[in-house]
Amino acid sequence: MGDWPLLSLVTFLPLVGAGFIFFIRGDEETVARNARGVALWTSLVTFILSLMIWANFDYAQAGFQFVERADWFEGLGISYRMGIDGISLWFVLLSTLLTVVVVIGSWFSVHVRVKEFMIAFLVMDTLMVGVFCALDLVLFYIFFEGILIPMYLIIGIWGGKRRIYASFKFFLYTLLGSLLFLIAVVTMYVQAGTTDIPSLMVYGFDPTLQKWLWIAMFASFAVKVPMWPFHTWLPDAHVEAPTAGSVLLAGVLLKLGGYGFLRFSLPMLPDASAYFAPLIYTLSAVAVVYTSLVALVQSDMKKLIAYSSIAHMGIVTIGCFTPNSLGIQGSIVQMLSHGVVSAALFMCVGVVYDRLHTRDIDAYGGLAQNMPFYALIFLFFTFAAVGVPGTSGFVGELMVIVGIFQFNQWVSFFAATGLILGAAYMLWLYRRVVFGALTKENLKALKDVRLNEVVAFAPLIILAVVMGIYPSIFTAPMNASVDALVSHVSTAFEQAPNAPHLALGASAPASLAAR
Amino acid sequence: MTDGLALNLTPLLPEIVLFLAALALLVVGAFKDKEGARIVTVLAVISLILAALLTLALSRTTVLAMGGHFVEDGFAAFFKMLIFLGAAGSLIVANGYMRDAGIERFEYPVLALFSTLGMSMMVSANSLLALYMALELTSLPLYVMAAFNRDTVRSSEAGLKYFILGALASGMLLYGCSLVYGFNGSLMFGELGRALSVDGRLPVGTVVGIVFILAGLAFKLGAVPFHMWTPDVYEGSPTPVSTFFASAPKIAAMGLLIRVLMQPFGHHVVEWQQVVILISVLSMLLGAFAAIGQTNIKRLMAYSSIGHIGYAFVGLSAGTEKGVVAVLVYMAIYVVMTVGTFACILKMRRDGRYIETIADLAGLSASRPMMAACFAIFMFSLAGIPPLAGFFGKLYVFMAAVDAGYLWLALFGALTSVVGAYYYLRIVKIIYFDDPAAAFDNTPHPALNAVSVIAAALILFFIVVPGPVTRAAGSAAASLVTPASGAANVPAPASRVTALR
Repeated sequence: MGDWPLLSLVTFLPLVGAGFIFFIRGDEETVARNARGVALWTSLVTFILSLMIWANFDYAQAGFQFVERADWFEGLGISYRMGIDGISLWFVLLSTLLTVVVVIGSWFSVHVRVKEFMIAFLVMDTLMVGVFCALDLVLFYIFFEGILIPMYLIIGIWGGKRRIYASFKFFLYTLLGSLLFLIAVVTMYVQAGTTDIPSLMVYGFDPTLQKWLWIAMFASFAVKVPMWPFHTWLPDAHVEAPTAGSVLLAGVLLKLGGYGFLRFSLPMLPDASAYFAPLIYTLSAVAVVYTSLVALVQSDMKKLIAYSSIAHMGIVTIGCFTPNSLGIQGSIVQMLSHGVVSAALFMCVGVVYDRLHTRDIDAYGGLAQNMPFYALIFLFFTFAAVGVPGTSGFVGELMVIVGIFQFNQWVSFFAATGLILGAAYMLWLYRRVVFGALTKENLKALKDVRLNEVVAFAPLIILAVVMGIYPSIFTAPMNASVDALVSHVSTAFEQAPNAPHLALGASAPASLAAR
Repeated sequence: MTDGLALNLTPLLPEIVLFLAALALLVVGAFKDKEGARIVTVLAVISLILAALLTLALSRTTVLAMGGHFVEDGFAAFFKMLIFLGAAGSLIVANGYMRDAGIERFEYPVLALFSTLGMSMMVSANSLLALYMALELTSLPLYVMAAFNRDTVRSSEAGLKYFILGALASGMLLYGCSLVYGFNGSLMFGELGRALSVDGRLPVGTVVGIVFILAGLAFKLGAVPFHMWTPDVYEGSPTPVSTFFASAPKIAAMGLLIRVLMQPFGHHVVEWQQVVILISVLSMLLGAFAAIGQTNIKRLMAYSSIGHIGYAFVGLSAGTEKGVVAVLVYMAIYVVMTVGTFACILKMRRDGRYIETIADLAGLSASRPMMAACFAIFMFSLAGIPPLAGFFGKLYVFMAAVDAGYLWLALFGALTSVVGAYYYLRIVKIIYFDDPAAAFDNTPHPALNAVSVIAAALILFFIVVPGPVTRAAGSAAASLVTPASGAANVPAPASRVTALR
């Protein structure tokens, strides 16, 4: 197995499946059935192959593993390079898993253009896995921005009433950020003469240039995360996207921003990261409190969950820029947890939306009586989103808050406030939808969750529980890589004039980083 | 020394083939008339392919001919391949439209061949005289082609407009040439290059001459502020003619412009750099904003092409070998995208009539999924979204600009391409998101399907095998910009002799 180009295989296998689906001919019913079948098998095999990556992953190694290399743009010195480390490992698995989940979850709920739907999601799978495996800046950028095309089509074709507005806003907003990142990529290439990510990590850019590069990267990643005040595209995109689109958007696409900060901003631009860390803390703290408050007053279920995503991602960005292992591991765990939980929550909304075709909270109530299993699943993920101990949500948030507490108590105070508000809006949402009297006539006829929906929820429930009870499974592979990253950036953070450690006086962050 | 080379016709073989083919086809057409048009078109395409093969086969080292007025080098070969490819593509897609519109005449392919011959001479021109003659040989058939549908007002207007403005541009070019000649005493690029390879400021007359030459060529390229003809001619001409206009002549003018700027004036990059940057900025800006409000797809493509010339100029602004490589890669990708898009536009036919409004594309994905997919690929590629080829064109020019210290220009290009993305996305939106309008006719012209699918495949799979294009562009640029100094273009006599064998 060791000689196989495992990463390329996992990355491009879905594309092969998409190619097969493209050539399916026949009447609509046959095409839809075959397209679903091919998509399911392709995504399943891809997922199993990605488990092989985990099985063969060397926990002790901090650097990149499974490295592949091929000549590509020789004249420019850009080559095709793939590899993963402890930071990217879980995101690859998350992407392949969620693709399987959405294919199963939308088995019965998508009726129009099933063929194109499945192609779009398999292409998404390729791009999502590729973006986390790419070890070349240009290659990364191609996957990173390429995702816009299928996502634009997914929102625009299978979306809701205002889908066109939402798809344009999503595309142009993220494109603007991405192009600034592209200029940063080009500048780094001209400076360092290479787009090889591992070499750029140790290149050491001039501190003044670092700031500009950091801002350009921030423009891209902050939009992706999204950070307040660059978040306005997200509620629109989430509300209008079909359930499957929302799942991947919340589950994987938002993580690209956090991953970008960890993979590029921190290691390549450590001085600028230390310099701008207070800005990140401020924006994140505002995001956590503000978007939680906004979530409280939403009357649309998807919009509420979209705003809660922004709040949760605020905690992620705080963790990304906390220069100790606890904070960075916490941010990764929080991203994984959010990837599972918010994906599941959007699927919960999708379940009732498929039946009643409205996302208005007031249209529901008392579902516990005729949809008990649904109520149970929804309850579990509500708790996970709130961060009840024993669920995945608790671990990541706790790690980040403890991690940042060592540097800045105010930031951890605001992050913790977000948790309280989070409990308020999530539990209130749950109460309004599931509890109460079943008075509305059209609700009484609703059927409980279907088998395919249960199958789609099952892996997410298992993951959320395992991550909550025994998080070491997830933190163990990332230890070495995160420690290497922390030791790489800690000097910069100690030397920066306004770095976070000043908040605590002269305490040494490195000594506190011990877990 | 050059006298001895005057009779060596080997480097001119592609041009000779085209010339003889055009003459022969004129006779063939005259004898066959009506039904002859299709045969003539097929033969014209074959002769273009033959010329392309000859170009490929000819030595890649630099060879001078015709007393030094004509140069055959890797740079010219690269552009000739693109020109022949673009011309052949636009001839292949032309036939069906011409027949349906009732203007299927054998003169069209013959005119196209003569024009292509002129373009081929343009990129091989090595003196101001050859430059001007080749340009006129290119332009005269183009005037006629624009007005080819002579019974419609729009087409006649397009032809007349292009003729008047083209004559003005030719005049400016000629004036520029005479100024440069007058102040430097030579027509030959090589001698001009040597005369101008002194440091310090150039005489004012030469600078004015350069600017006039630049203006004349910018007109042919449709770059702002010499772009006024482009939307009207694109819209008014028969669609196959617009296809031709958008592909081959722009490639040729770009090739000529690069050679003029980099060879005789290559030592004085600063003198023309600001002008090129200004043209680039204005073209990108106009291309991005003016296209937004368009309802006619051909007109939209006209503004889009203005914008794309602007991006190509970003690479040229760098004034370096990397910049030239970037422009070559950009133009190669551009010609494929353009021909492919126009092949799709030519498939827009309902109830036997050709239509050009963007709104007519509504819901195309439901009725014609393959055509819709091709269209979407071209639009995303024109917008420069990876992993499609259009992205790499932009990447190359931005890299060249940043490398030459023009970070702000790359930044500006990035911002305008966000604006530009809006109208390309709008077409994708109309094709994929809107409710279906009445379906288009099934095209009885398989050539159209073939061209659009092949072009889409090239755009889609460029990322997998970029090597052939980028390597060819690299060696073409290297043959133009000799490492010793940007000004010298005449190779050492020894290499010329070996090249002749």
